[in-house]
Amino acid sequence: MDTQSYLPVEPGVGMEENFLSLDDILLSHERLPIRTECRFPRLGYLERSTDAQDIPEGTKMELPLWLSKGLYEKKRRVLSVELPKVYREGWRTVFNADPNVVDLHKMGPYYYGLGSQMLHFDSPENPEIAQTLLQTFVGRFRRNMDSSQNAYNEDTSALVERLDCLEKALFASGQSGLNGFQSWEKGRASQLTASSLVLNYRKRKMADGPP
Amino acid sequence: WEACVHSNEAKAEGRAELIPSIKLRHCCLLRNQRCLTAYLYDRLLRMRALRWEYGSVLPANVRFHMCAEEVQWFSQYKKSLASFMRSLGGGEGLDLTQDMKPPKSLYIEVRCLKDHGEFEIDDGTVILLKKNSQHFLPRWKCEQLIRQGVLEHVVS
Repeated sequence: MDTQSYLPVEPGVGMEENFLSLDDILLSHERLPIRTECRFPRLGYLERSTDAQDIPEGTKMELPLWLSKGLYEKKRRVLSVELPKVYREGWRTVFNADPNVVDLHKMGPYYYGLGSQMLHFDSPENPEIAQTLLQTFVGRFRRNMDSSQNAYNEDTSALVERLDCLEKALFASGQSGLNGFQSWEKGRASQLTASSLVLNYRKRKMADGPP
Repeated sequence: WEACVHSNEAKAEGRAELIPSIKLRHCCLLRNQRCLTAYLYDRLLRMRALRWEYGSVLPANVRFHMCAEEVQWFSQYKKSLASFMRSLGGGEGLDLTQDMKPPKSLYIEVRCLKDHGEFEIDDGTVILLKKNSQHFLPRWKCEQLIRQGVLEHVVS
C-alpha cells in the first residue's frame, strides 16, 4: 500500500464535529428550514423575500447548519429548527422497511452526518431519528462492505453513486485495502513508486508560478 | 468574548433587542475564522507530507506558493525531524524517510522517465540520466528520485 503521509483531519464521530475537519465544514454548510422565535433587528437584508429592515419573529427561512447551531438555545427563544423531510416519520418508515433501496446520495449527500447534527436541536423525535440512522447504516453496511472488497479493477461508479459521504469514505478505504492486498499478492509490494502527492502536483498546470 | 462585550454594551444602553443580531454576526465571524484556520492547517499537513514523500528541498513551484510563515514552519519541521532521526539508533542516527517499503535487494533496475542530468554514485562513477535509459543502481541512491517521479523502478 502506498504509505500515506498526508493525513487530513477526519470528520467527527456522532454528534461531535471536528473544528479543523474540512469534511465537517462542508457538512455544516447544509441548509435547514428554521423559524425565527425572536426579532433580528437590522438584518432584513438576509431575508430577500421582503424589503423589511428587520427580520420579524416567526419568519420561516433556511439557514446553514453552522448558523443554526450557533444561534440555537434550549429554551427556543431564538429559533426553532424543523426536521428536514428525510428525517421525518414518513421517510423513516421507508428506511426502516428496506434501507438498501434508498439513494442516500440524493437524500442530501450527508445523510448520516446531518442526521447526527440534527440531534442537537432537541426535537421530541430524537430517539427515533437516532435509531433510524443507526439501523439504516447497519442495514446497508453488509452490502457496501461486500462490494468494496470484491470490486477489483473495475468501474465502481454504479456501486458508489447511491451512497452517502460516510459510506463513500468507507468504500474507498475498503478498496484501498483490497488494492494493497492484491498488489502484495502479485509481488508488487516491494516496488518503489512515485509519490501520489508529487504526481498530482505535476498534473496541475501552475498558471501563475515558475514551471 | 467580543460578542459578550457588544451584548453588555447593548444591555447597558437598553438596546437588548439587538442581541440576537449581534449573536448572528458573531457566529459569522467564528465561521470565517474556522474556515481560514482549517484551510491553513490543511496546507501545513500537505507540506509536512511533502517532506516525507518528496524530500527536504521542496520543488520550486510549491515553494513559490508558500507564504513566509509556511516556509519558516517547514524549515523548523525539517530541523525537528532531522534532530529526532539523529537521536535514534544509539546516537548513530536513522533515516526514517528511507526504506519506506522493506528492501528486497541492494541494487535495483531503474528506468529514467525524464532527463535529469549527471548523477554521481558512491564509488565516483557518474551516470547520465537521460530519458528512457535504464540503469542498475544502488537502491538507497535511487529511492528519492523514484519518489519524485524522475526514475521508475523496473521489476521483472
